[in-house]
Amino acid sequence: MLRMSGFTATLRILFGTVLILVGACSDSASQRQTLRFWAMGREGEVIAQLIPEFERRNPDLRVEVQQLPWTAAHEKLLTAFAADALPDLCQLGNTWIPELAALNALTALDPLVAKSKVVDAQDYFPGIWDTNVVDGHLHGIPWYVDTRVLFYRSDLLRKAGFERPPRSWAEWELALDAIKKEVGPARYAILLPLNEFEPLLALGLQQDDPLLSKDGQWGNFSGPGFRRALNFYAGMFRKGWAPAMNNSAISNVWTEFGRGYFSFYMSGPWNIEEFKRRLPAQHHGDWMTAPLPGPDGPGASTAGGSSLVIFRSSRRPQAAWRMIEYLSEPDTQVRFHALTGNLPPRRAPWRDKQLSHDIYAKAFREQLERARPTPKVPEWERIMSEMQLAAEQVVAGGISIDEATQSLDRRVDAILEKRRWMLARSRPQ
Amino acid sequence: MKVPALAWGFVAPALLVIGVFFALPVMAGLALSFTDFDIYALADTHNLRFVGLDNYLRLLRTPLFWQALGNTLYFVVIGVPLSIGLSLGAALLLHARVARFTPFFRTALFAPVVTTLVAVAVVWRYLFQTRYGMVNHVLANFGIAPLDWLGDPHLAMPTIILLAVWKNFGYNMVIFLANLQAVPEEVYEAARIDGASTFQQLLYITLPILRPTLVLVGILTTAGYFQLFAEPYVMTQGGPLRSTVSVLYFMYEEGFKWWNFGTASTVAVLLFALMFAVTWTLMRVSRSESAA
Repeated sequence: MLRMSGFTATLRILFGTVLILVGACSDSASQRQTLRFWAMGREGEVIAQLIPEFERRNPDLRVEVQQLPWTAAHEKLLTAFAADALPDLCQLGNTWIPELAALNALTALDPLVAKSKVVDAQDYFPGIWDTNVVDGHLHGIPWYVDTRVLFYRSDLLRKAGFERPPRSWAEWELALDAIKKEVGPARYAILLPLNEFEPLLALGLQQDDPLLSKDGQWGNFSGPGFRRALNFYAGMFRKGWAPAMNNSAISNVWTEFGRGYFSFYMSGPWNIEEFKRRLPAQHHGDWMTAPLPGPDGPGASTAGGSSLVIFRSSRRPQAAWRMIEYLSEPDTQVRFHALTGNLPPRRAPWRDKQLSHDIYAKAFREQLERARPTPKVPEWERIMSEMQLAAEQVVAGGISIDEATQSLDRRVDAILEKRRWMLARSRPQ
Repeated sequence: MKVPALAWGFVAPALLVIGVFFALPVMAGLALSFTDFDIYALADTHNLRFVGLDNYLRLLRTPLFWQALGNTLYFVVIGVPLSIGLSLGAALLLHARVARFTPFFRTALFAPVVTTLVAVAVVWRYLFQTRYGMVNHVLANFGIAPLDWLGDPHLAMPTIILLAVWKNFGYNMVIFLANLQAVPEEVYEAARIDGASTFQQLLYITLPILRPTLVLVGILTTAGYFQLFAEPYVMTQGGPLRSTVSVLYFMYEEGFKWWNFGTASTVAVLLFALMFAVTWTLMRVSRSESAA
């Protein structure tokens, strides 16, 4: 009994000390609120250089950045959601927005945008802006964009008899055929790594048919639109223009591009810097970017990238919104571009000479006006992996396009079963 | 006999730890396998459905599950004998009286076991690179056309088997070696006096003495190889054409990539049942043989 009370006393003293310590901390921090911000990959590294300016303008705020690697980010977000440990604001790949919106984890930003003087919806590229709108509510503000365009070897294209890059599928096929004849059997006209879904997705988005039908409840891959895209994609392999390999078989894309192993490559903005830096010196003037050719004339492409979101669990949404506004200012966006090479999602920063004078970025500027969002269902990433499997089956497995797309639709319908059940339940007939 | 209360007190801490960190998660996993727990259920438990045996029935109709099972069996059936054979061979060579520099070779052969798989995978991907890899370079000297080791659906699994066997055989080798060194020299001496050849000594003395170890190593290796995951994860991500998706890799994708914990738990239960059955059969067979 005596020992117990002694123990209790010790506990009390300890507890008291902790309380005093905590009190002391919160005392000094009472004027400054801490804003917790999760950022990923390269952005997480460079964001630190943009924060001092924000903290100077907002002396009452302190930003605490946590850097997540992309490979672990998704898992971390979901476990943090389950544990109720999400930060105030976060960088989010825009294909993840439907998933976190389904979890009801994101603050709707429509009222904040309506009052904002900085975030002007009209200034943003419509396809990119749209990726953040799920079920009629805006859940994120685009931070930077990622769309796919054509990188090509202008010297090899000229050698094959073409002065300008192709604008339509028909022109593209002519160019591919001519280049393949020019470079011979050991080299190829285009590289489409079989384990990357983005090229085929971009071709699929160029079609008038949506990839999912009836509000994202059923797969529409056996429809004429996607079949046409897959046929065009598989045709590039069938005709020997593209090698049937995945990107682990290509040890170094930049070296191979420099060697002329392939002349066309569909890729994103980060490769502008990489190609400038890594191509051999004698090939520095031999490449260019071009908007993606479409079935008849310039076509659409993907609308990827990252958005900034505020989590519903945040107790400081107003402060988080100030941070988003700061990062969305055209001047900040120009600085951000200089630091990362990331492309701005709105038109104003593109007028800065740093971007308007960049000849390689020009194709992206044009393409962004034609960027198209993917269906906004949480299951989308899984559907993409099934789509690429179907493409691989056609290209390397010898399965017919009809068979592959029908089987793909069956798998996609099975994946979407739960979504259909939930929609049917939320809208009683 | 009645166990005194005091005894329960002694084992209570251990039981508690096992209960909280083992029994409870296992029961929870089993329970999950009868539901469709997924990302929607994480948001709101109203979205959780009790589906009974549906997960099991659906899985048995999923072609990819059967493919994963086939790939895993392929890996086990080829990989386990190859691995044990290599371990045994290496151990016998190291134990041979004519062997020189034994400590060096023992260390060298054991080294792959203690190296990090991810680092090894990087080197192996270079070695097996289609156009510049050393393996194809060496084969070219014999007039063999370049093989797409990791990109050809028929070759990817054999390459994975090669990697796994190379990475793991050293471990069993050390066990065999320890066992061999414990065999008294007099037994061999007696055999030689009786006129037994080296091969006969191996067949009638060494192997029977190693028998219990062989059984143990066989069971442990089989159980380990059924849990194939890391090798395809770092080398091929399950491709090409899903030819290196193992049951565990399939489970990982369902659970941690797509967040379908219901299905993932079902896969786990099925894999457990399969491994239990195989191990049990192996033990029964070895026991009845030793009884005979």
